[in-house]
Amino acid sequence: MIGLLKLLRWSTGITLLGSALLVGLYGLSASSIASGYKGDHEKENPNRFGFASETNPAYQEECDSCHLAYPPGLLPAQSWTVMMSGLDNHFEENSELSEDTRLEILNYLARHAAQAGDKVLRGSKDEAQTRITELPYFIRKHNEIPEQHVKNNPGIGSFSNCDSCHQNAVQGDFDEDRITIPGYGRWDD
Amino acid sequence: MKAFTLVLIVTTALVSTNLRANQAIEQLQESYRNTDVTSFKALDGKALWYSEHNGRSCTSCHGASPSAADKHRKTGKKIMPMALSVNPQRLTKISKIEKWFLRNCKWTLGRECSPQEKGNILQWLQQL
Repeated sequence: MIGLLKLLRWSTGITLLGSALLVGLYGLSASSIASGYKGDHEKENPNRFGFASETNPAYQEECDSCHLAYPPGLLPAQSWTVMMSGLDNHFEENSELSEDTRLEILNYLARHAAQAGDKVLRGSKDEAQTRITELPYFIRKHNEIPEQHVKNNPGIGSFSNCDSCHQNAVQGDFDEDRITIPGYGRWDD
Repeated sequence: MKAFTLVLIVTTALVSTNLRANQAIEQLQESYRNTDVTSFKALDGKALWYSEHNGRSCTSCHGASPSAADKHRKTGKKIMPMALSVNPQRLTKISKIEKWFLRNCKWTLGRECSPQEKGNILQWLQQL
């Protein structure tokens, strides 16, 4: 009788443990299925914001010679098209390119641009906005930062110098836990 | 002996880099020559470099001396010296030289530079 009771307790334990494991496994597989609905670049790099795993030497060479080569997924394709059509007056600078290079870079940017539904475009009404710093998402994310931390800071000067504070911005790393403001140190949100 | 070999290697490397820049400049200046443009003057290049046009000049981004690094006036990105004597990596690629002449002459002067002006500036940066 005691033997039978022991067997019953053992088999109940096994069944409970087994079901717990199964529920866990189902949960994991369901979340990986769900991630399939994210935008292309988010699917590629779930933790990297706007980053494209495909690099383009022309984009690096031409754009990085004056400023950070911004991760392409920070703007939609229409914005990149507008921007790359007015390089002779690129934010009051002349950055003209040969037609071949211009098209190569534009195609690269468009392939990895932000897509409808991406969080960077939340609240954005202007589909051809060319200033990343004027996207509603950008403004919301930076509204707690005092102006003198950035604009009057000789180590930064402008919000467009992402990598002054997000040191790994070029890899699409804008994680809030890895922000260091020059002259002020680590930023805790 | 080892030190001598090292000096020889370093010297050869430096000279060959400079040679490449000199070759690029020579090739460009050759292409600028025509019936009106027969020679290039470093002093005229220097004068153009420092001349101001509606508050803009080459020094707006390149700084007061082409022998020193400076920062882009807007983006803050570091711009390395232009003088070949301190930066032999400059002026080694013809397409790059022409690209920046086009952009920077248009931004600074509001027009493209003439072959004479470009040749003069190259002459000056080479001699500095």
